[in-house]
Parts: sequence; structure tokens; C-alpha cells
Amino acid sequence: MNVIAPITPDSEILHPRGLRVAGHSAAQDSARKQVAGEALYIDDMPEPRDLLHAYIRLSDHAHARIVKLDVSAAAASLGVAAVLTARDVPGVNDVGPAFPGDPIFADGLVEYAGQSVFAVAADSIALARQAAMRAVLEYEPLPPVLTIREALAQQFFVLPSQKMQRGDAAAALAAAPQRLQGRIVVGGQEHFYLEGQIAMAVPGEDHDIKVYSSTQHPTEVQHLVARALAVPDHAVICETRRMGGAFGGKESQASLYAAIAALLAAKTGRPVKLRLDRDDDMKLTGKRHDFEIEWDVGFDATGRITGIAFMLAGNCGMSPDLSGAINDRAMFHSDNAYYLDAVSIVSHRCKTHTVSNTAFRGFGGPQGMVGIEAVMDAIARHLKRDPLQVRRRNFYGKRDRNITPYHMTVEDNVIPEIVAELARTSEYAKRRQEIAAFNAGSPWVKRGLALTPVKFGISFTLTRMNQAGALLHVYTDGSVMLNHGGTEMGQGLFTKVAQVAAEEFGIDLDRVKITATTTEKVPNTSPTAASSGSDLNGKAAQAAARIIRERIAKVIAKQWGVAAGDIVFRDGELRCGPHAMRFSEAAKHTHAARVSLSSTGYYATPKIHYDTKLHQGRPFYYFAYGASVSEVEVDTLTGEYRLRRVDILHDAGASLNPALDLGQIEGGYVQGMGWLTTEELWWDAQGRLRTHAPSTYKIPAVGDVPQDFRVALWKRGRNRENAIYRSKAVGEPPLMHGISAFQALVDAVASCGEGVVQLDAPATPERVLMAIAARRGG
Amino acid sequence: MPQVTLTVNGKTASVEVEGRTLLVELLRDKLGLTGTHVGCDTSQCGACVVHVDGKAVKSCTMLAVQANGAAVTTIEGLAAADGTLHPMQEAFRENHALQCGFCTPGMVMSAIDIVATHPDGLSEAEIRHCLEGNLCRCTGYHNIVKAVSAAWPVMHGKVAAE
Repeated sequence: MNVIAPITPDSEILHPRGLRVAGHSAAQDSARKQVAGEALYIDDMPEPRDLLHAYIRLSDHAHARIVKLDVSAAAASLGVAAVLTARDVPGVNDVGPAFPGDPIFADGLVEYAGQSVFAVAADSIALARQAAMRAVLEYEPLPPVLTIREALAQQFFVLPSQKMQRGDAAAALAAAPQRLQGRIVVGGQEHFYLEGQIAMAVPGEDHDIKVYSSTQHPTEVQHLVARALAVPDHAVICETRRMGGAFGGKESQASLYAAIAALLAAKTGRPVKLRLDRDDDMKLTGKRHDFEIEWDVGFDATGRITGIAFMLAGNCGMSPDLSGAINDRAMFHSDNAYYLDAVSIVSHRCKTHTVSNTAFRGFGGPQGMVGIEAVMDAIARHLKRDPLQVRRRNFYGKRDRNITPYHMTVEDNVIPEIVAELARTSEYAKRRQEIAAFNAGSPWVKRGLALTPVKFGISFTLTRMNQAGALLHVYTDGSVMLNHGGTEMGQGLFTKVAQVAAEEFGIDLDRVKITATTTEKVPNTSPTAASSGSDLNGKAAQAAARIIRERIAKVIAKQWGVAAGDIVFRDGELRCGPHAMRFSEAAKHTHAARVSLSSTGYYATPKIHYDTKLHQGRPFYYFAYGASVSEVEVDTLTGEYRLRRVDILHDAGASLNPALDLGQIEGGYVQGMGWLTTEELWWDAQGRLRTHAPSTYKIPAVGDVPQDFRVALWKRGRNRENAIYRSKAVGEPPLMHGISAFQALVDAVASCGEGVVQLDAPATPERVLMAIAARRGG
Repeated sequence: MPQVTLTVNGKTASVEVEGRTLLVELLRDKLGLTGTHVGCDTSQCGACVVHVDGKAVKSCTMLAVQANGAAVTTIEGLAAADGTLHPMQEAFRENHALQCGFCTPGMVMSAIDIVATHPDGLSEAEIRHCLEGNLCRCTGYHNIVKAVSAAWPVMHGKVAAE
């Protein structure tokens, strides 16, 4: 029900009978087109006349000076229209999103194997590739730094180290009744979006360029393309209708391909498409940061932590990219759902001569959480207690024990309730006993069980990014065109925001047309990232809709002689007492009264602030919560394992679209489980990635997912903060439910011996086997 | 250059191709049937699955010339002329069995083959076994398995399609 009211916060009063469009499981807006093969991804768009195809020549060395680069043979090759090197970039030869360091083309120095050195545009991709291989490229190899260990030893960092603290960790540790130290290595992760990086640039009049880019951040693509071309931002349009997956991999790192396509298009005056082959994509693009985490924890006999110190070392690769904020988020989530009374977190942002690591669903948060969950498990093994008992003993409190290491008060803690409910519905206690009995009678096949919580902070930690705009038109037939700054990558954002617009106007969802994200319609946007898409753009679209709704109400109120505030928009109609009018009629009347039916809407997240030097403040508007239980079975003679059952309970607040949210949770869990189990990135001694195709890099296939997979939204979920219709962001948080799969493997390994388990991630069968062997004494 | 003549979605096409042209290139670049996607370029992800003479084939692992004389069905050829979706397409849509949608065409084509080759029944375990060659990075496969299960009785006439 939509009662006209000033643009004030939502409340229960505004929706006394619940939502009619929002909050329902509408299908993904493009679903019909996607099942029919009619949804266009960039590579599916009709190709413009004279289209050129671009190919990037990658560096062969991890760290080397380029002593010779002669592209004349490439330029003279059949079908070639242009060859571009660093010298041919008219503007800035760098696509670093926040800091410089990401050259479009290597300029005399290569800093990772696979780095872009130059590009060729030709009539076909085969001709472009052939030509690129004809260029003469000679190197003088330099010693590379390839691992976190080497970087730490040499203090080789992309950004200065940071420290977050509350209380006196050193004193608390010295006085601790019991103390343990440990270390865990956490591997990186390839995004493996099914649609690889792609851009198509089309030159227009006045040297303008339109770039179709598979990006989460059209505004940044626009800006960096303009900067590379040395033209104003207004000369570049970036459009994104949909991506075939992104997961953070197209937040900052789509820019390079858009820039190269645009540079070649500007040079030749012809449209240029640049689509990376899968192997090149995996070599060229950054991944989730691998981490080494050292911890030192003090605790009492009940397992409650009295003091803790973390050292987090993240592998940023060769440039800063987004690594500052990513490593910050690792610090922010080193507490997960636990109160750390005296805490110190030191974060090193290591530089290596490998690809620049980037955003990936969770943005550093998952690595931080893996660290504290390893601590919880270690304390439990040491005290010979059930790890769940130790976890519960350390949960944040409601009125006390509720300050985070960054001095933010946790005001919306629901983790005890969620965990209690999940423990009950998953029959944790009973299964714990059954597994103990099974393991006692089974010498070689062992089962493991783990319940882990998730508390994930929602907002960009860089405060200024928390804003969004929308553009909404109502046409005189009552149909609505919606545009906003968010991008669609499969998460269902477009559907959710359209549901908001339909809800506000009281019309059917199919009356709202969803249009491609473009910098022409809504400018200066933030990336669709940090799970913020529907929070920010939903609110911006709501603001625009309410502006137009009030205008319509005013016009019709005058006709009816009623108060505008008494008019209700519902079921495609305006109603007030005996009066009723179709929404389309009302739109016509409003236009006839010469009142605008078009508006922008704007939203900026309230309450948040953060001091990036002191690492104190309120970086997050609210937290998303959830918990999961995984059960595994391990063959201890081979290390092979399988998931037997998974239960997840997740808080999406008052869900905007339960079906889409469940999809995010299921997919997030599987992606997180893949990260921590089978997805192993492997570089050789020369720093060359050897796992650059799905043949060697194993993302979960359907057979890796448990048949018994029970996922539920937390029915009592409701956002305490005034997020759109009291929903909660759901993009990233579920990924971290995958930690329960890892901890279940730890539990199975634990059953093979005594004491603390040493198992690094990903827990491939090899690592599991070695951990078991170590425990059984070789 | 060799000439390839084949039937695609019921229509005859005769196209000149290079010897090395892949079936997926013929479909996408020569015939404009871009619903068939290329995900991994190396015959592993399954986004490019089409039917060749009724059987699911990864079209990036087959040369166009090998399809000479064959009847090929792509994702575009499944729906009826009036736009009514194939039961498998409908099941994917109904069951929210897609997110980004990039793997969906290949997934649907494989799923139809699986259902067609299991006329006497199809367990969840069999679906999982048979779909191993199609990768999805978004959904966690849960709803995909549900969709295939839901389409089986419809495709085999065990219930009326809605």
C-alpha cells in the first residue's frame, strides 16, 4: 500500500498491509530472454560495419626490462589497421583506479607475466593474434619477488602498512591465562565469470567514443578512457546492459580493455572489439588476494578471548589497484561475529611481481574471517571443546561486549538468535554425537561437522562512494522508464530496483522498463560493488518515484478536491474515498496540467563516517548476518572428500525478492566453498600462472554441491536501519558461509589425532591428506 | 574454402568456411545465432552446447565442416513459432535456475539431451552426473537441478505443461 507522504523514512506505518510488488519473488527481468538465447551480451551485439578485432600481446616475464620492442612486422602484417604501444597513448597511460601503477601498455618495464605490452587491431582476431606474435620483443630479466614471504622479508609493499587497535593487546596477551599462536595461509581465487572481459568501442562525431563495456563501474571506465584519450569525460559514453558474471573482477579491471579498444578506435576511426580469450583473461586479470595470517591469542578456561594480535599480509600483486580498501576490509572482518576485548591488527599490503589482485566478492573480508575462525577452532581443539561452544562464548553481546576493533558499536546483533535457530533446525548437537560415533567405528573414512557465523559490514568503507542516482520517466500512457547507476551482473539488481519503482507507483512490474546503465543518463556513479547495489540504487529510484508521485497526486487532488496526502496509489490506480482513476489517466492529466513526469532521484547513505588514519569510526550503515553448517566425509587414505549436507540460515532483512536472495545465498556458498577447497592457483618459479583454464583450475561443478542443501532466509529478519523497505544487502555475505565447509574439513582432520589442526586453504585433497599424515605421525 | 551445408533450426544454410572454422563460429559469426555462447574457448565450460542430429555437442569442439549435412538445433530454435517456450526453457525461468544467464543456453541444451535420453526416469544424482560438463559460476546449481527435474515429466508427457 502506498500512502502519499513526504519523502520521509519508511516505517511500518507506510506499509501497514505489506508490500505488493517489492518483497515478492519476481523472476529475473531478463530470464525469458536468457533462456531463449535472446539476451545480448557484448559479444552478441550486431557488429558495426568495419569492425576491427583487438589482441593484446602479453609479457613473458614476471619482472624484466624491455630492451627491444619493434612492432614494424606486426604493423605490416595482413589485415592490420593499427598497433599501439605505450608511446602511442595520447593521454595518461595508466588505468589505476585509485592510485597509479596499472599501465595500459608496459613502458620499458614489465612487472608480471601476462602484463599488456602492446595491442594490435586487425580485420579478424586470428589476424590480430598472428600479427602480434610477429613483433620483436626482447627482455632483460630482473629478479622477481613472487611470494608474500619474500615481500615481507624485503618490506616490499604497494601501500603503507596499517594498524587497527582497541585496548592493549600486548598487555592482555602477557596476562592471559592461556595462550596460543598460529599461522594460516589462505589462497587467492580466480573470478571465472563465464563471460570474460570484453569491450567494444565505437567512434562517433567530434572524436566522441561510445564504449560498450562489461563493467561494474561504467563511470570509472568513462573517466579512465577519457583520460587515456586526453579528451573530456563528456566525450566518452560508457554503456553496460548486462554482464555474464563479474564478482568484483569487473569493478576496476574492466577499464584496461575498454581503454585499449577506445584507443584503437580513436586511432583508426573504426569500431573495435576486444574480447579476451579465457586463458588470456586468467593470465591478465587480478584475482582474490592470497593472505598469510599470523595470530597470537590469549583466552580463559572457557575459551573466551582476553586478548588477540593479528598480522595480516595480503598479496596485492604489482600495483595498488583497490588493495588499500581490500586489506582494510580484511582488518574490519578479523573479528567476524566475535567481541575482541583487547585487539591489535597489523596489515601489510605486499607487493609481488604477479598480477595485481583486485576486488572479489567479500573484498578482503572473507580472508579476515578465515583467520579468526581458525583461531576459534584452535582454542576449541586446545581446550578439547566443541568449536561451536567456543564460538558462542565469544559472540558479540547486545548491550555490552559490542564494540568492534574499529570502535563502532554493533547495534543490530542477531547472531545468537540465528545460530540458535540454525543449530536447532540442522540438528547440530545430535549430528555431532552421530559423527563422533561414526568416526569411532570407522578407521579410514572420517566425517566432520562445523557451524560458522557470518557478520558482514554493509557500506563502501570509503564514505564518499556511498551515493547513487536514478532517472525516472513516466510516459503519458502510464508506462515507466527506469535508469540508475547500478549494473546488472546476474544478481537481479535491475529486477529489485524495478520492483521498488512499481511499488511506489502502485503499478505492475511489467509497466516498468529497465534500461541499460549508461553514463549519459546517470552520471558520476559508484561501482556496483560492496553488496550496495539495491541499497543505494533502490533508494535513489524510490526518491525519484516519490517526487513524481507527489506531483501526480497534487494534480489529481486538485481535481477531486481532496488532500494530495490522502490519495493512495495501488493496483494501477489512484484512489481516495469515492474517487478512482487509472494511473495512466493520472499521468495524462498531469501532463495536460503542464507538470513534469520526469525526475532524478538521489540517495546518500546516512550515519557513516570513518577516520582512515586512526582506523576508527562507523564505516558501516549496518551488518548482514547468517550462519551455516557443513558436513563432510573424508577418505583419510587419499584426502578426497565430499560434502554430505549443508544448512544455511541467512538474514536478508525484509527481503526485496526472496527468490533472488536465495539464489545469492546458494551461489555465494558454493563460490566460497570452491575458494577454500578445490580452487588452487599455481604459479611456477618464474612467476607464470600455470592454472589458466578450467582444465587446471577447478571451480565447483554440479557434482561438488551437496544434494542435501537446505537454505533458508531468516524469517525474523528486518533491517533496524532505514534501508530500502528494511531489506539487507545480500551480494557478498553468503560467500563466507563457505568457511563452514573448510572448518568441517578441519573437524574431520581433527578426528585423526590430538590437538590443534594445521590446515591451509584451499584445502585440496592433497593438503587434507598431508594434514592427516602429519597428525598420524607421517 | 570448403562449403558447408547444414540445417539449423529447421532452415537450410549453405556457408563457405575455412577448414579450421569451428561450428560455434559458423553459428555465431556466419549465421548470427549468438545465443550460443563461448565461455572458456577450450571445450570445458559447456556454454556452447548445441544439438547436432539430436545429440548435445560442445560446438567449440567441433569443426564446422564436420557438421556438413547435419541438423543443428541451437537455443534460438527451441521455442515454438508463437514464442511458447520449450518446457526446459520454461522450467529454467520458473525455477530461477539462472543468474547472469551466460551459461544458460548451453545448460538448457545439455539438460534437454539428458531428459531425452532418460525416458524411464531421471534421478537427481543422474542429473548431477550428466551435467558435470556444464559450468555455472553464479547459482550453485541448486535451482538448475530443480529445473531439470521439473522439466522431465513435462517433456515426457507425464503432466500437462502449464
